[in-house]
Formats: sequence, C-alpha cells, structure tokens
Amino acid sequence: METQRQGPIIFSGIAPDEGLKAALGQSRADVIGEVRNSQIKGRGGAGFPTGVKWNLAATAQGERKFIVCNADEGEPGTFKDRVLLKEYARTVFEGMVIAGYAVGAQHGYVYLRGEYRSFGPHLEQVLQQMEDEGALGDAILGKKDFHFDIEIRFGVGAYVCGEESALIESLEGYRGEARNRPPFPTNTGLHGSPTVVNNVETFAAVPHIIAKGAEWFASFGTEKSKGSKLLSVSGDCRKPGVYEVPFGTSIKQILKMVEAEDTKAVQVGGASGTCVPKKEFGRVIAYEDLSTGGSVIVFNSRRSLIDVVHNFLEFFAEESCGQCTPCREGVPVLLEYAEKLRAGELTRNELGEVYSLSETMQLASKCGLGQSAPNALVSILEKFPKECPLSTSQRKELVR
Amino acid sequence: MKKMCAVKTQIKKGGRLEQVCDDARGVLLPRLQEIQNRRGYISDKAMQKLADELGIHPVEVYSVVSFYSFLHTKKKGKYIVRLSQCITSKMAGQEKVRKAFEKELGIRMGETTRDGKITLEETACIGMCDQAPAALVNDELIGKMSPRKVKTLLASLK
Repeated sequence: METQRQGPIIFSGIAPDEGLKAALGQSRADVIGEVRNSQIKGRGGAGFPTGVKWNLAATAQGERKFIVCNADEGEPGTFKDRVLLKEYARTVFEGMVIAGYAVGAQHGYVYLRGEYRSFGPHLEQVLQQMEDEGALGDAILGKKDFHFDIEIRFGVGAYVCGEESALIESLEGYRGEARNRPPFPTNTGLHGSPTVVNNVETFAAVPHIIAKGAEWFASFGTEKSKGSKLLSVSGDCRKPGVYEVPFGTSIKQILKMVEAEDTKAVQVGGASGTCVPKKEFGRVIAYEDLSTGGSVIVFNSRRSLIDVVHNFLEFFAEESCGQCTPCREGVPVLLEYAEKLRAGELTRNELGEVYSLSETMQLASKCGLGQSAPNALVSILEKFPKECPLSTSQRKELVR
Repeated sequence: MKKMCAVKTQIKKGGRLEQVCDDARGVLLPRLQEIQNRRGYISDKAMQKLADELGIHPVEVYSVVSFYSFLHTKKKGKYIVRLSQCITSKMAGQEKVRKAFEKELGIRMGETTRDGKITLEETACIGMCDQAPAALVNDELIGKMSPRKVKTLLASLK
C-alpha cells in the first residue's frame, strides 16, 4: 500500500549496521562530536541540540545510564513515528545503540504509545534479528566491552507521557505527571540515573549522520535548522501522508506537494502548534520559524476554525493530567470561552480574560501541555478575526 | 518530590548512609497491562495482590490505574471499539461513522452491548490522520472508516 519513500536523509536508504559499524570504529567522544557537528536538534519539536544532550549524559556521573526512545507520539495530526517504526525500525534501534555507546549506557527503552501496540511483534522480531546478528546484546559487533539491550514498553493512552519527564515517571511505574526541571533527565532521569530521551526521528537520523558524516547532514536545511524534517500531512488535501523535507521548506511548497487546493489555513504542530493563515504561507518549517514535531493539518475554505479550536481544547481538557492548577482549571474555562465565541456571545471583558488566563497558563504550567493549550485559541483570535463573531470594539481590542 | 517507596536507605560499611534506588516498581505498568489483557479488566483484588507483591500500598496501584485512559477497573466488552475524535477524523465524517456504530449496536458512545461483546468509546488522535476517519479495535488500527465499513467490521468481530 505504501509507496517507495524518498527523502534527503531518513528516507535516503542505509544498509543495516552501516551507521553502527562506523560508530563503533570511533571513540565515544568522536561519535558525540560528530552528532554535535551535524547540529541536529531534537525532532520531537522542542529542538534541544542532540549532541549537547548526549554530552551532558556522557559526562554525568552514574553507575547506570539509560537511553529512552520517545515513541509516544500523540500530538493530533502526527503519524510519522508509525511509519518509521513500521518501515525503518532497524535504523531507529541502531540509532539507540549508537547513543548507548556514545554516552556509556547499557539499557534502552522504547516507550511506544498504546495505540501502536499492534507493532509489538514486528519490533520484537527486528530486535531478535539484531541480536542474532550481533548488533544488540553482549559484545556488539565484536566490541568486547560494549553491551546494550533494548526493551519495548507500551503506553496506556496518556498524551502527557510524550513529555520526557512524564514519560520517565510512567516507565518507573507512576502516574505520568511531569517533573520539575532542573534536574534534567541527562543527570537525574530514569531511576535517578543519567538518561537520554530522544524522539524516534532523532534516533532514525543518527546512523545516517555517523555513516555519511556531519558535513553531509548539515548541508541540508537552513542556517539554524540542519537536516530534514518528517511531516505528517493530513486534512484537506489529495495526498496525505508522511513526507521528508529539508528544513526551510515553505508551507506553499508543502501544499503543492500534497495537492491541496482552496486552502484557508494550515495548522502546524498539532493542537499545541500554531494556525498559519494564507497570507503567511511563505513561512517555512524550521526551528526559527514554524517549529514542529511534524504535524501539518490542512483546512480548506469551508472549514470553521472555531470548530477546530473547540476540538483542540476538548482534547486538552481530556488529556490534562491535573497536576498544575492553571492547566487543569484553565483549559475548561478556555473551552467555555471558545463556545461563547462560537455563539457570538463573548463579551469584551471575557476577551480580556482569554488573554490574561492564557498568559497565566503559559507561565505557570509545568509542562508543554498547559503552556501550549491556549495557543490555538489565541492564534485564531489574532490571525483570523474574520472567523470570530466579534463586535467592532472587540476587534479593536485584538489589534492592541 | 521524592518517592517514599522507591528509595531505600542502606548503611554502608564505615557507617555511611547511602540511598539505593529500588526500581522494582518499574514493572507496575507492564504487569497491569498483562492482567488486563488476560482478564479484560483490573479488579480490586488484582490491585491488592500486585501491591503486596511490589511492597506498595494498594492505593498507589489504583492511582496509577485511574490515571491511564486505557486501563480500567470495570469489565468492558470483548472488543473495545475506539473512534478517533481527532479533528482530521471529524473533518472526514466521523459523525456518520459514530452514528452507524450506535445504530448497528443499539448503544450509545461509552456503553457496552448487552451480550458483553462490544464497548464503544471515543479516544484522542490515534495516529491515522492520513486515513481518517480512523478507529482502534482492541489493538488494531483501522483507517478510512465509513458507515458501510462499520457493518463489515462488526460482522467480522466474532
């Protein structure tokens, strides 16, 4: 069913063990150096430099260290990890082994969202094959002192567990509630040990970086965003699916690629992302412009953006873990305001409250869920005033 | 916040105190999932037993079970049909699919058929937006749902 995928990096093809062999032929410091020179940043969307993260974990003190692959993709509109784990599992796992070698970890976990439980047997099979071939387990590829194994753990339907510290709590057998940071997982992570948590896509890129070189990798993308990004495109277009594009690709180009017509707006980054209006379709996918975990949802001119925002807020109300008051109590209030806005009954006073509440949530929530929950509502108020049934004086308020 | 039950203090030689992290509790979620797969749900008794085994209070186990939406303490249908309520599914006609399910099964969202065979639920995005509207039937991801497909799907569930 799925066609031959093409892309500059992850979809460019690599032989099994090619990256792993190259990594094990170098010193640990050189591997980290290569990753750092590639300037790859976390592909989950937050964009922390991977090389820096690995170096922090490598230099942190700890008898045990862990590598965790964050495969809990739950952002509405994201499905790239589904494709990566179905078709490129070996590359992802090799990326984890390379990370284990680089930071001195012995054990890796894949935290796979419960919705993808059916991938379990296939992933186990890939792991078994790697073990049979000596690419996993004891003395990997003949390197005597290097042991690394990978275990798959399944999530159980909690969006918030995609946040790295909540994910770690979940792995430890607790409610998936985000931790205070610092300390960061790189020194106090899983079971109090130094832990590297990276996105599936980050691990998938690593073997390519090591095998083909940091310079090659950094030749793609923009000045501040090197390499490529996998996009999960859905919504009103003829060719939804997963695409790999170099950073710097514009919304306009993406819409052409997926054959979208009559597009009114594009939601980049899922429910916690931003809604881009037509006049801004020249903006590009990059950490410095539209930073995203990969979700791109296309809306044509017949869609009501207030309905979209309402759907997103319902999602956050459902998924808020309830730990921080601004998020737990704030999301239902925003939802109420969104309903009033849809009915054309939002007062000017309430409009002001939307802003002050949003600010409180952004400042005082512990994790990204609460911090970004107001984004969608604020972004349609500011960028799509025509969508909102507001009075003239309220519109003036928006332009302040 | 330090976890009382996960950190033990040991006295090392020479009288120095050392905190040893006990990661036995890490098996809690996999064990709960295993119990649920076997029994269909997680009973009070099962939670008590597991708590004893791990040396933690049963309420600790319950607090975890109640947190995760895919874990449940009540018996559900043999098949749990979860419709994605992601915006992409809604845009692609999830409403019609939902109505078709409700009509065919004679139950509303959130309910279980009287014979205990099928539970109908809604869930957040399941990562099938390119094939919306989508559904998760137990562990199986199904895309491009339609009222017609509802009938064939239900006929295939034995």
